[in-house]
Amino acid sequence: MLIAIAAIRMRDLFGVVILFGVYSLLTAVLFMDLDAVDVAFTEAAVGAGVTTVLLLSSLRLTRRWEAPPRHNPFFSLLVVGVTGAALVYATLDAPLLGDPSAPVHKHVAPHYLQEAAGEVGMPNIVTAVLASYRGYDTFGETLVVFTAGLAVLLLLGFGESGESRIETSAIHDQVVLKVVVKLLIPLILLYALYVQFHGDFGAGGGFQAGVIFATGFILYDMVFGVENARAVMPAAWLPRLAALGVLIYGGVGVYSMLAGKPFLDYSALSADPVHGQHLGVLLVELGVGITVFSIVLSIFYALSGRRRQS
Amino acid sequence: MNEIAGLFNYWVVVFLMMAGFYVVISQGNLVKKLVGLGLFQASVFILYITMGNLSGGRAPIVTEGVFIYSNPLPHVLILTAIVVGVATTAVGLALIVRIHEAYGSVEEDEIHALDMADDDTRLQEGAGQEESSE
Repeated sequence: MLIAIAAIRMRDLFGVVILFGVYSLLTAVLFMDLDAVDVAFTEAAVGAGVTTVLLLSSLRLTRRWEAPPRHNPFFSLLVVGVTGAALVYATLDAPLLGDPSAPVHKHVAPHYLQEAAGEVGMPNIVTAVLASYRGYDTFGETLVVFTAGLAVLLLLGFGESGESRIETSAIHDQVVLKVVVKLLIPLILLYALYVQFHGDFGAGGGFQAGVIFATGFILYDMVFGVENARAVMPAAWLPRLAALGVLIYGGVGVYSMLAGKPFLDYSALSADPVHGQHLGVLLVELGVGITVFSIVLSIFYALSGRRRQS
Repeated sequence: MNEIAGLFNYWVVVFLMMAGFYVVISQGNLVKKLVGLGLFQASVFILYITMGNLSGGRAPIVTEGVFIYSNPLPHVLILTAIVVGVATTAVGLALIVRIHEAYGSVEEDEIHALDMADDDTRLQEGAGQEESSE
């Protein structure tokens, strides 16, 4: 909370962004405390990692200092205060924290908790619900990510302007940093793959793995320069990879439809329904992972490849 | 006392939500507005996860000897929401970058003033053309 206030008061946007990253990390810790390991994982990777990098690279393109406020803040404070008071009043009727009789825990959740191990055959219920029971939603969300990535690319160009960053950053001279990053990157990529394919059993899954994999490349780009990163992963491939990810996800659905089952019913994939579920979840998570990875990375390329225009 | 502890999380959520809301409506800088939206978004995440928590529960990964798990459904919703959130934030940032290229500023007031000035000149030009055609 204090961090949030500090972030609002500060006029140096650079500091604001860093504080926002700290705030995300604290949120992740809170999620961990509330038994939401998968969510904490995602928040730590996305909020504290990727969002900060993206905000910073767009600050590079705009400017660092905020103009002093010109409005009188009292009116907006009044609006906020009244809304906040109404919301606090509403919470007085809300179920207490950890109350087992709360309406949230009464509907479909007990079914998921009791049946998921038998029906989908994987211990991580979050992954089971994500990829199997609510596969339609996840497909929709993957498409949203894909569309958002395309929107960024349309707004900023595909990052193939030819003339990339000319100014060499001070980071090029940092020998220690380079060695450390060289050691870290394989570990990051390996860890991302572990998260991707072990998501059925422990915390993790396609969303987190995609983000972590992209983080590895972003780190490489920042330390070794944009040309080197693009030699490894050309910007032109990324939209195609993203489309491939969506295609894998949708293809699984269409395949199960062709096999005479409803869209995204994974039991069509194999004679044994539980085995089919397993295979389906694995493929779908792979599709999600590929899409998220390539979209995050191409957004970063688009933002960092653009030169500052005064 | 029990009630206060049980509702404290909701109050944190309300506070953070209002903080984000305040930034969005009162600050003029577009980048800061996006950070405010992020604050608001994170408060909603905390709200959902709070609702999914169960006293004495464990993380929803089936292990032997554990019978109470927290509710996995809010976790799934928020997990995807976080990733979608970063994608939409990126769209916002891209728009800001384009706005900065077009106007040379990311302050709402300045952009507004530039827009008004632009409209005025265009109106004058239009009036001048009408006169010349007559």
